Amino acid sequence: MNGVAVVWEQRSLLFDGLLNTLWITASAMVVAAVLGVVLFALTLTRLTLLRRSLWLVIDLLRCVPFMLFCYLIYYGLPSFGIVVNNLTAGIVALSVYHGAYLAELLRGIHESLPRDAEDAGRAFGFHGARLVMRIVLPPVLLAAVPMLGNQAVQVIKDSAFLVIIAVEELTYAADEIQATYYVPFASFVAAVLLYWLLCLTVEGGVRIVLNAAEARR
Amino acid sequence: MTAPPVLSVTGLTKSFGANLVLDGISLAVQEGETVCLLGPSGSGKSTLLRCINWLERPDSGAVFIAGERMGVRGGGNAPMSDAELSRLRMRIGFVFQHFALWPHLSVLQNVMAAPVHVQRIPRPQAQAQAEALLERVGLAARKNAYPAQLSGGQKQRVGIARALAMKPRLLLFDEPTSALDPELVGEVLAVMRDLAGAGMTMVVVTHEMGFARDAADRVVFMDHGRVVETGPPDVFFERPQTDRARQFLMRYAGRAAVPASLAGTAGAGGLA
Ligand SMILES: Nc1ncnc2c1ncn2[C@@H]1O[C@H](COP(=O)(O)OP(=O)(O)OP(=O)(O)O)[C@@H](O)[C@H]1O
Ligand SMILES: [Mg+2]
Repeated sequence: MNGVAVVWEQRSLLFDGLLNTLWITASAMVVAAVLGVVLFALTLTRLTLLRRSLWLVIDLLRCVPFMLFCYLIYYGLPSFGIVVNNLTAGIVALSVYHGAYLAELLRGIHESLPRDAEDAGRAFGFHGARLVMRIVLPPVLLAAVPMLGNQAVQVIKDSAFLVIIAVEELTYAADEIQATYYVPFASFVAAVLLYWLLCLTVEGGVRIVLNAAEARR
Repeated sequence: MTAPPVLSVTGLTKSFGANLVLDGISLAVQEGETVCLLGPSGSGKSTLLRCINWLERPDSGAVFIAGERMGVRGGGNAPMSDAELSRLRMRIGFVFQHFALWPHLSVLQNVMAAPVHVQRIPRPQAQAQAEALLERVGLAARKNAYPAQLSGGQKQRVGIARALAMKPRLLLFDEPTSALDPELVGEVLAVMRDLAGAGMTMVVVTHEMGFARDAADRVVFMDHGRVVETGPPDVFFERPQTDRARQFLMRYAGRAAVPASLAGTAGAGGLA
């Protein structure tokens, strides 16, 4: 029997994996986005100690290989009495890891934008949280949109690592099929095509948001 | 007792590292006065304006806005909280050299933002007021545009409307026309002349000698972080009292001698 036919027969397995990947990455993206923005906003504080320790944590996280971080969350947390199932561990790992990346990305954008709109905010009496939310953050987020697409693609790709803690996502499903029926090429290519489809969808979404944001940048 | 000056600066000093940028500046601006601040590049004009509204902290000296000490609490040396600073800053409108509009907000939202979010004026009232101001600077028709869609002259007129929206006691302008193409300078100066005529209290850093000559009540000439000379424009331009002022004016006179057809280009491209 040829590989493509086998994969086609097992398509519901692949489809379940795709669905899992879809909602795992979607929820991780949402949490990571919130976390990244909150982290970045907190690092704008004038409290030097808080700011420094946040950047220390962010820099540290960015240097940890994602796979290792995954192990750390799933196998390491129980030593602190926090037991989570593999799915939760996977989503937490993806969210925290990419939240840190996002905070770093926002910092880079913030530093590249002209300072004087922020000065104007201060000069007109904005301060504290209102300055950050109304004046500082919106242009940074608008400028970040194209790169957010890239970040989303990274999340999708990193979600494949969750196979190591046995989360039943797309890569896991492809691996199951190839191991059971010995059709590695066909099943992995099928997974690659499905990942590609996901990425195209993300890029399409980004383009729509970009068009809407165009005038405001 | 007479009212305190709208702005009073006494003995202001400021250094960046070893670079002494303001070297004991004292200055008072009365209600309704238009003061033009002139001086060569690097003489500390922008730094002075930024110290007045505490965007930059001076090293010593004091700033008073209508008699109230800026940036420092009571008589002591305790710095003001952000909220206290904000309350005083609301009395000072600031017009920036490079406009500094908020790019994510429409023209109307730029003008309404501080009144709504800082002064907490009800939105309908703030909007009516913002629309009236845009009318005054000739931009009512562009209220829904975003800053990126405007010409430099239009951006700066929005900048002026935004500064006026807080109903400030004092307007500070930092070279409001020096980032503009020469043919757009006039429309911005016209709005500023209008304000000066209407009795607004203004401090204007500018290299537009024509404006200083006919719109200022007083000219303050700075060099190397000091006030070198101050006086009415006709005296300053016709009979400058100091060598440095004379040299400064000579360089502009050299430019003004260019045939009228080229003068606009030469003037605006000059000491920006
Ligand atoms: N944030 C800063 N850090 C370090 N040095 C600064 C800073 N701001 C200004 N300076 C320096 O202070 C001096 C005065 O600058 P300032 O911008 O006040 O001059 P200016 O009179 O406004 O000049 P221009 O006409 O070119 O705008 C310059 O030597 C400048 O390099
Ligand atoms: Mg300057």
